[in-house]
Amino acid sequence: MTANLAAILYLIAGVCFIMALRGLSSPASARAGNIFGIVGMVIAIGTTLAQPGIEDYLWIVVGIVVGGLAGTVIALKIQMTAMPQLVAAFHSLVGLAAVLVAASALLAPDIFHIAVEGKIKLVSRIEMSIGMVIGAITFTGSIIAFAKLQELMTGSPLVFPGQRLFNLSVALVIVALAVVFCIDQSPTVFWIMTALALVFGVLIIIPIGGADMPVVISMLNSYSGWAAAGIGFTLENTVLIIVGALVGSSGAILSYIMCKGMNRSFISVILGGFGGENSAAVKSDKPHKAGSADDAAFILSNAGSVIIVPGYGLAVAQAQHAVQEMAELLTKQGVRVRYAIHPVAGRMPGHMNVLLAEASVPYDDVFELDEINSDFSSTDVAFVIGANDVVNPVAKTDPQSPIAGMPILDVENGKTVLFVKRSLSPGYAGIDNPVFYNSNTMMLFGDAKKMVEAIVKAL
Amino acid sequence: MEIVMDIHPLVIAVTVFVLAVFVGYYVVWSVTPALHTPLMSVTNAISSVIIVGALIAAAPMEGSIAKIIGGVAVGLAAVNIFGGFTVTQRMLQMYKKKK
Repeated sequence: MTANLAAILYLIAGVCFIMALRGLSSPASARAGNIFGIVGMVIAIGTTLAQPGIEDYLWIVVGIVVGGLAGTVIALKIQMTAMPQLVAAFHSLVGLAAVLVAASALLAPDIFHIAVEGKIKLVSRIEMSIGMVIGAITFTGSIIAFAKLQELMTGSPLVFPGQRLFNLSVALVIVALAVVFCIDQSPTVFWIMTALALVFGVLIIIPIGGADMPVVISMLNSYSGWAAAGIGFTLENTVLIIVGALVGSSGAILSYIMCKGMNRSFISVILGGFGGENSAAVKSDKPHKAGSADDAAFILSNAGSVIIVPGYGLAVAQAQHAVQEMAELLTKQGVRVRYAIHPVAGRMPGHMNVLLAEASVPYDDVFELDEINSDFSSTDVAFVIGANDVVNPVAKTDPQSPIAGMPILDVENGKTVLFVKRSLSPGYAGIDNPVFYNSNTMMLFGDAKKMVEAIVKAL
Repeated sequence: MEIVMDIHPLVIAVTVFVLAVFVGYYVVWSVTPALHTPLMSVTNAISSVIIVGALIAAAPMEGSIAKIIGGVAVGLAAVNIFGGFTVTQRMLQMYKKKK
């Protein structure tokens, strides 16, 4: 295969990857998009295997079969609630692969055609340093994110005095080592730099609290893209550069959307220290109205329209299927049922949509905050389940509140608000929710799944 | 052709990179928020195209540390490729329109 033909095939693969993302603009075209992605991957791998330097296929076949089997089994078995952990784990593998490719490029520069008379070209040294450092940060950072999401370690921010200054110095040392490596090509310097980058990945994720995890996953998604692009520059491989740029910008946009959903600046998320576990639950004895499942069933079946507002608590209680059953029964009785999703309703971007889709909720009944928020005032019942902070009007009224400025779903505008909750305890951010005490709110205390099942029975 | 010959490969690479960032920016903004999780899993799968580097490292006849590292990287990237596309497909199959 000539170099020109290979370059053209890599370009075609790159276009397939663009089409894969483009397909996700609607659920109808998304599956075709995924096929484009697979085709692009086959073209990219096939083209590489047809290169003249490929002599021994044994390890390649073993690697693809073993890795492919493992990946497929994991992907088929994983619970949808565990998607954030899975994605974090996959990010770490991309990061590690980038580190390994950079390492083998350092050890055997000739097979990558980046050496002149035994010396690696300066440009390639710069590029592989960048790819390796970002890859290493992605690798260990994603492992910490995985551990936090899987609850192998505490979700609370881990902070120590002088942390920011310490992290900054580590970063500066890494940059300095990269400069030294680019000048004298010392492998020792490269390995020290690698080790420090691995440590740095841990350092930047540990201070970030559980509430900010959606941003962290998106950010690591972005990093894995930039790492791939760095390696793409080293190998002068266009498809790798294209993919790196696509994934890098995708993760960056998702981080931005998540930050906006919480009204947090990206910088403040990175600096961390926000959103731990709250022990200081506010005890409240303000008057509120509590109801039973029968009361709720009566109100729901007499309503003309219902908007269900699900939060992550719904998924924790595994109540999605029960909620869908309730929605179906109501629809049969002529009630218009819709779902309203807050951008940070789940633990990663779009997570709640997947959980609802799994429970067979049709996607045209599911609406984003901007699409549906003005409809609450013309809705008979807002049914809030497993959500709290995302419907807390304090975000609009109290500029001192930790969630000040966060866009919220205006459930209090509904004629009646049904609030399924274990108790009056505050949510992640640790603040009381005035909606609990409104005269048009009825609290339904209990486990989300049991409560909804009881309502279904009463209907 | 002569003009092209004088351009440093890095410049061409940067050109591709910058244009791809713009393409990525506009394409990703057009992704519906309902599909942000599949977006993330599919970007995960396609970023494993880094396997092309691993394949080259694992391919020479004679054994070396670089070859071992390359072989491991092929395996890791394969986990991601197969896992990423499979889980994306699984999720996308769940999205149904109202009957």
